[in-house]
Amino acid sequence: MERFAYRRATSAAAAVHMARATPELPGVHARRSAADSATQFIAGGTNLTDYMTLNVLQPSVLVDINRLPQESHARIESRTTGLRLGALVRMAEAEEHPVIRSRYPLIRDTLVLAASRQIRNMASLGGNILQRTRCEYYREPSWACNKRLPGSGCAALEGINRQHAILGTSEHCIATYAGDFAQALIALDASVQTLGGPSGGRRIAFADLHRLPGATPHIETNLAPGELITFIDVPAGPWTARSRYVKVRDRQSYQFAVTSAAVALHLDGGTVREARIALGGVASVPWRARESEEFLKGKILDEAVATKAADAAFSDARVRAQNAFKVPVGKQTLVRALLETQAMQV
Amino acid sequence: MSRSDASKDGTGGAFSRRGFIRGAASSAVALPFAAGAIAKGPEAQISEIGSRTPAAADSVDSQAVALRINGQLHSLSLDPRTTLLDAVRDHAGLTGTKKGCGHGQCGACTVHMDGKRILSCLTFAVMAEGHDITTIEGLAAGAGELHPMQQAFIDQDAFQCGYCTPGQIMSAIACVREGHATSAADIREYMSGNLCRCAAYPNIVAAVAQARERMQED
Repeated sequence: MERFAYRRATSAAAAVHMARATPELPGVHARRSAADSATQFIAGGTNLTDYMTLNVLQPSVLVDINRLPQESHARIESRTTGLRLGALVRMAEAEEHPVIRSRYPLIRDTLVLAASRQIRNMASLGGNILQRTRCEYYREPSWACNKRLPGSGCAALEGINRQHAILGTSEHCIATYAGDFAQALIALDASVQTLGGPSGGRRIAFADLHRLPGATPHIETNLAPGELITFIDVPAGPWTARSRYVKVRDRQSYQFAVTSAAVALHLDGGTVREARIALGGVASVPWRARESEEFLKGKILDEAVATKAADAAFSDARVRAQNAFKVPVGKQTLVRALLETQAMQV
Repeated sequence: MSRSDASKDGTGGAFSRRGFIRGAASSAVALPFAAGAIAKGPEAQISEIGSRTPAAADSVDSQAVALRINGQLHSLSLDPRTTLLDAVRDHAGLTGTKKGCGHGQCGACTVHMDGKRILSCLTFAVMAEGHDITTIEGLAAGAGELHPMQQAFIDQDAFQCGYCTPGQIMSAIACVREGHATSAADIREYMSGNLCRCAAYPNIVAAVAQARERMQED
């Protein structure tokens, strides 16, 4: 692990200020890539610490944000209009929250089905949505990887790519966005509140937070360097109570998704008034399946209709040598999620 | 367990497997570490253990870190890169907590922070300042009386090699306290962060169920 300076912030404003200051340590050599921002905020550290150990990320300054005022930044606020989640709320706290359990089951599912309880006790919600890909070629610095080292190539294209993405990829990167919680957020039209952006604080629609890899896979989000997510807002809708996450994994627990589907439905009898759908394990970023949503609108949901909706979601899939199986598995995952969500007692 | 107890346990004092291995290793590389450590008190011993870790050796900016482990304050000088796991084992001398994968994938390093189970390998020690850390050494009530979970692991033969066991036990205690040990399926799901390469899983599930009853009586 490379050396870094450790700073402890006690307010969000101080954290952002510390991130701007970015003092260089004497003797710290030039960092490897632009992807590797000189300053990183650290909360739970479950992803960042691991990648620092592997020398994938080499921040020269770590700004510890765990001591920001807990009464605001680690608080879950439930209003009739929706949820406000402090970015420092831990995954385990959110999954146990009575309102999230009863009125936002999709959010609860994505948290409970992620990682292990130890990791969920540590990991913050703000950090969770910014987690890095677990692409094996990104994780190991001896491989070519455009995301880790721009211009070095992508070893996954012709490599072991069973786990890789089939939607939203480019010829420069086929890494999968690994998170689950983000699928709930993009499906439910969430947004994030930030501090330290180009003109101070701002609100970013969750769908605009992550960037497709394109020719610059090393730039993963639209956050400015040193910009801090402080809150996550989830609007309540007539679909939030009837919502569910289905996650297919290589082992039954403590595993990233091979495929997953987040579904929220507003039903009128058997007819779909509105559907919200996101797909995990198959795309380079949190992935909203708007084609499927459009298709389902006004239809009576049954297995045949669900199957057609799933076909629409994967019509643009681009497969590699080992991940073509994700198309049929991904479709079946969505069909199951749609029918199970429909069957929920709300 | 106090720090002086820790030294009796294996880092110096009496003859022990760990002390023997350390002595043999240091003579092989001509580092008179073990002998020096034994001659001095536990204080000196801890700082010498610290000076041997590579992270500390090439650092110019070690900083004072005060860690409260099992109710006792340990004043350590640590490179910011030191994980809580390495601080607990190599600097505080509490070697019950095990290093498995070092990447948050196996759960062997599980400890409690303010009563919640966390992974010490993914936590920088400096970030644990001001929190209460509990390790496997902090469980027994004293006078040889084991925690109900420790006793249950013995009663149910819930280990073979035993390397993952401290992490399993720390995780299992938290699992019961969280209320996530109500059924075998629940135990399996909420203990999935602790891998056992010997695959003692059925016995581990039985041990957690046994201890759950005892813990609820207390």
